[in-house]
Amino acid sequence: MSTGHVLMGLLSTRERHGYDLKKDHDERFPAARPLAFGQVYATLERLRKKGHVEAVEIERVEGPDRTVYRLTGDGRAALAEWLSEVEKPSPFVSNPLATKATIALLVADEATAADYLRRQRDAHLARMREYTRLKTDPQASIAEVLGADYAIAHLDADLRWLDTALDRIAALDRSLASSPPPTPDDKPLKDFS
Amino acid sequence: MTHSIPDAAETTPPDSATERPPDATTVVHHQNRPVLAARSLVFSYGNTAALRGVSMHLTRGEILAVTGPSGSGKSTLMLCLAGLVTPDAGEVRFGDQVISAEKEAFRSKLRRTDFGVLFQFGQLVPELTAVENVALPLLLAGVKRSSAITAATTWLDRFGVAEVAGSRPPEMSGGQGQRVAVARAMVTEPSVLFADEPTGALDALSGEQVLTQMVRVVREAGTSVVLITHDATVAAYGDREIVVRDGMIDGADHG
Ligand SMILES: Nc1ncnc2c1ncn2[C@@H]1O[C@H](COP(=O)(O)OP(=O)(O)O)[C@@H](O)[C@H]1O
Ligand SMILES: [Mg+2]
Repeated sequence: MSTGHVLMGLLSTRERHGYDLKKDHDERFPAARPLAFGQVYATLERLRKKGHVEAVEIERVEGPDRTVYRLTGDGRAALAEWLSEVEKPSPFVSNPLATKATIALLVADEATAADYLRRQRDAHLARMREYTRLKTDPQASIAEVLGADYAIAHLDADLRWLDTALDRIAALDRSLASSPPPTPDDKPLKDFS
Repeated sequence: MTHSIPDAAETTPPDSATERPPDATTVVHHQNRPVLAARSLVFSYGNTAALRGVSMHLTRGEILAVTGPSGSGKSTLMLCLAGLVTPDAGEVRFGDQVISAEKEAFRSKLRRTDFGVLFQFGQLVPELTAVENVALPLLLAGVKRSSAITAATTWLDRFGVAEVAGSRPPEMSGGQGQRVAVARAMVTEPSVLFADEPTGALDALSGEQVLTQMVRVVREAGTSVVLITHDATVAAYGDREIVVRDGMIDGADHG
């Protein structure tokens, strides 16, 4: 996934200058971080050196000159190749939710970890409500709906994990509660029932 | 953002395109007394304890999502709230009335006039057409046939399924059937709609259409909704969520 491919995709519909590309990008992908102008110009320059885009004219209106770019045949081929590639599924190596729950279990107790997970669940569901409202708005564009679907599916995956984690911690709590009476230096278990 | 809906509604600038506008209903309704409330509900099926002391409330005009794993007691809670079963202990209040203490005849009248109930499979009568199915609750309540059919037609239209008015359930798609079922649950203009996994049998897109339409209509009508689901993407259509776990409200004693 690169900004270059996204800009080439936008250029494939019609030629235009960097300012227009940035605006179009930000409108079409409201869930993405807005592009910085510098990033747009640097990317276009890189694509131009590779022969994927070419400068067709320089618009001279008021203000600075604006270079209008066009997608080349090579650019179109590179775009087609990129579209034919499957994206690598993320490895999910860094999961701040799981890390935090684990630390909560280490430094505190099951109730603290469960409390954190519950509040995290509320926050996730609140965010999911926002996306649900966004995509069921009759005025929503297809880009907004697709973006919201994606965000919702990912939040849903997190929520499933949160539910399983809560079940696991509840089970942990039960198994500790039914194990032999604690030795004097064990801290007392919170009553969870 | 971790705001609940009413907070969001109060803090959202009016020109925000993506948020629901800060409508008066949300703010005002949250100051009202609950339309429905349960206190310490206990219910067992023989030796199986399904509810072990559930307290909750439904605010007027809100959509409350009731979630939790399968077998946690969600459906049983709904049966108690809708007066379809009598709790072993605890009480259910509808406005000022303790309906759990009332006779079945009273509660069944309540279900015809004030409550609408919707299940996973619409439970439409397969021999009747869509419009006849929707008219049925009105006919049972003694409404004249012609008026009942007129009202039913309007409700089918509201749910965007006017085109299947003359079709029988087996001829409809799952999504159409479920929209007809919501229309039937709403035709008596209940103050509370109970929906138990209303889209559980539908694919994601049909489910979304049913829910979107349902939310739009209940908001217009001011209906309060108990939306039961094990699916977070469905719960996200609600204003608020309670989680049932092992027959209890999860986190109830954790603020
Ligand atoms: N008709 C029934 N007879 C006996 N046990 C039941 C019956 N209905 C539900 N149960 C049991 O009661 C518990 C709660 O079930 P239910 O309310 O259906 O949960 P949920 O809707 O969350 O899946 C479960 O253990 C379930 O097996
Ligand atoms: Mg159920």
